[in-house]
Amino acid sequence: MNSIYAVLIDGTIYASWLFLVAAGLTVIYGVMRILNMAHGSFYAIGAYAAASMVGWYFNGDGAALPVWGSYLMLVVCALAAGLVVGLVIERGLLRLMYGRDEILMVIITYALLLILEDGMKMVWGVDPYMAYQPYAAMGRSVLGGLKVSNYDLALIVVSLVVGGGLWAWLERTNTGKVLRAVIHDREVAMAMGVNVALMFTLTFVLGTTLGALAGALTAPAISVAPGLGVEVIVLAFAVVVVGGLGSIEGAAAGALLVGLARAAAVHYAPELELFVIYGVMSLVLAVRPQGLFGRTLVRKI
Amino acid sequence: MTHTVSVTRKTLRRLSLTMAASALALAAVAPAQAAENGKFRLGIVTFLSGGAAGPFGVPSANAAKVVIDQLNAGALPAPYATKGINGAEIEMVLIDENGGATKQVEEFRNLVQRQKVDAVVGYISSGDCLAVSPVAEELGAMTVFYDCGTSRLFVENKAPKFVFRTGLDAAVDNIGAARYLAATRPNTTRYAGVQQNYSWGQDSWADFTAAMKQTLPKADAVESQMPKLFQGQYGAEISAVSVKRPEIVHSSLWGGDMEAFVLQASARGLLDDATAILTCGESALERYQGQAPNGTIVGARGPFGAFAPQNALNTWFTGVYQNAYQMAPTYPASKMAQAILGLKHAAEKAAKAPGEVPAPAAIAAAFKGANFESVSGTVQMSRADGHQALQGISYGEYHFDAKTKKAELKNVKSFSGSCVTPPDGTEAQDWIKAGFPGAKCE
Repeated sequence: MNSIYAVLIDGTIYASWLFLVAAGLTVIYGVMRILNMAHGSFYAIGAYAAASMVGWYFNGDGAALPVWGSYLMLVVCALAAGLVVGLVIERGLLRLMYGRDEILMVIITYALLLILEDGMKMVWGVDPYMAYQPYAAMGRSVLGGLKVSNYDLALIVVSLVVGGGLWAWLERTNTGKVLRAVIHDREVAMAMGVNVALMFTLTFVLGTTLGALAGALTAPAISVAPGLGVEVIVLAFAVVVVGGLGSIEGAAAGALLVGLARAAAVHYAPELELFVIYGVMSLVLAVRPQGLFGRTLVRKI
Repeated sequence: MTHTVSVTRKTLRRLSLTMAASALALAAVAPAQAAENGKFRLGIVTFLSGGAAGPFGVPSANAAKVVIDQLNAGALPAPYATKGINGAEIEMVLIDENGGATKQVEEFRNLVQRQKVDAVVGYISSGDCLAVSPVAEELGAMTVFYDCGTSRLFVENKAPKFVFRTGLDAAVDNIGAARYLAATRPNTTRYAGVQQNYSWGQDSWADFTAAMKQTLPKADAVESQMPKLFQGQYGAEISAVSVKRPEIVHSSLWGGDMEAFVLQASARGLLDDATAILTCGESALERYQGQAPNGTIVGARGPFGAFAPQNALNTWFTGVYQNAYQMAPTYPASKMAQAILGLKHAAEKAAKAPGEVPAPAAIAAAFKGANFESVSGTVQMSRADGHQALQGISYGEYHFDAKTKKAELKNVKSFSGSCVTPPDGTEAQDWIKAGFPGAKCE
């Protein structure tokens, strides 16, 4: 069996997951210049919401209910969790902090991460949750001798759709055009009559929902346990920094690069696996400090 | 203006001084009262938060609560029918083990010096055990480790006085696993491993591969994967293991990582072609719900949880635990119960009069080399100069009945303590490599 082939498949699957996780982070940074540490918590909230709802859905006479309902449940959970959490945090907290130093925003969102981590423990406890039914029900395919879970393959499609959708929204719609104006120059956009506050709310809720969606779609394949969000945020940062903070294409390229590098390490040199992600990151940053697709900002005085 | 400010400052300073003084006074008074109230103060340390809380820490804390309640009510079967410990009511001080070894050393000092506990039972993490052990000796505090598995504990603490371990060394898990495979699957030729990349995973794999060289010399280790702790997603690892076509996949993963790995490996078909042997597998017995394929080999790090023998103590423990928490006790719970029972046995042996709380040195002297009855059968404190328990280990196959939704263990095989434990003074790796000299297997 060909290992290169396995590396390509594993790498692509992992990259699609990384992209889903990183997309929300990069969207929020791109528009709002907030390095959102709490993104990991949004992921975890999505995962917990999905795991408990899917668990509830199949509990009792689970056999009677169709499996497709649980996929719907995953998406609905992500949308609901993202919308509620995003709105509450943006309107209730971040709104009051706009215009402050970027470093301060990192500290605020980090505090938020810690609070949400403990909050989740209060709501969901410390026992791991499993919501395996949607994952197991899809079965598996054999691709060139390698058995692959169909759910993982479906995730590739989902991340393509999410990436494509985000790109089309930013580049092809009116709102996207306005948003790009805000990204480019917040003050001039405001002077031209753009409702920047509304754009910020919209972006933040979108970012939160993307984070929650990533969590909800990952939940069936894993065991949802405390500390989930903290594990994810480090990876998401690596991907976003490689690709260039604030760039969707960058996040996609970064995810692909990191995903393939990691899969190659697992197959050919397992002892390098821990190091390889940060190895890729430091190599890219040594050559392009702003990341692959990052824009160098002209500093305004 | 300046005047007002200085007054405020003075008032503030006075206020804070008063507060500091009263806090000090409280700190000085509270523990003294507690130590002299005739109760047996027992520190329990286990994970209440973090990744190890759900699978290990919470069941352990639950077991401690229910055992202590029952002891105080005098509701245990013989030989533990006396109330509390030697008639003294047990007062539990529960501490979270999360936060790392440095924090745990502080917490331990706090327990002993300020809370004035009479003994401490606890510790899941090997790092915490290694850090706490010298401090326990220095403070002369009676300490029972109930779960941590590091082989280095009594290598580093060469002349233990106050430190005891009622749980087994991790080497036992992996020697036992290799012996189980030799007994049930003698034709194994290819095996692989997936471990977490830290001392627990690395030691487990080193012990297991060394033991396999002895028990199944024809089998080759075809792949070893060491994903990060709490990675949760094992797609690439599963592929890398799959392409090597192993017959056995050994894993020391625990908690959420173990459940996620089993779920993904079974969905990906790896576990159709290979059988997993999970050294911590029993802790999720009630949770797999058929997600682990039937025939998966699970262990419980000793004769604990579902592997515990039929005896009056275990029947009592399973009953009260099930009543309190609506589930059967898993191995961490049994191990916690065992440590508390061992301590009670030693303290009562050391006591001269009923109701007396013996000094740590007296309890330690009585604990050393003791034989006591436990939920797992008779425990002999016969290794590490009488400070380490010697017990056997069991492995069995997980089988889930989809109709009754009940899991059961089939094909259970047990190996006696001397069959899987290195003799005193010999390090596990040396003993395995020498071909288990002096091992007595029944």
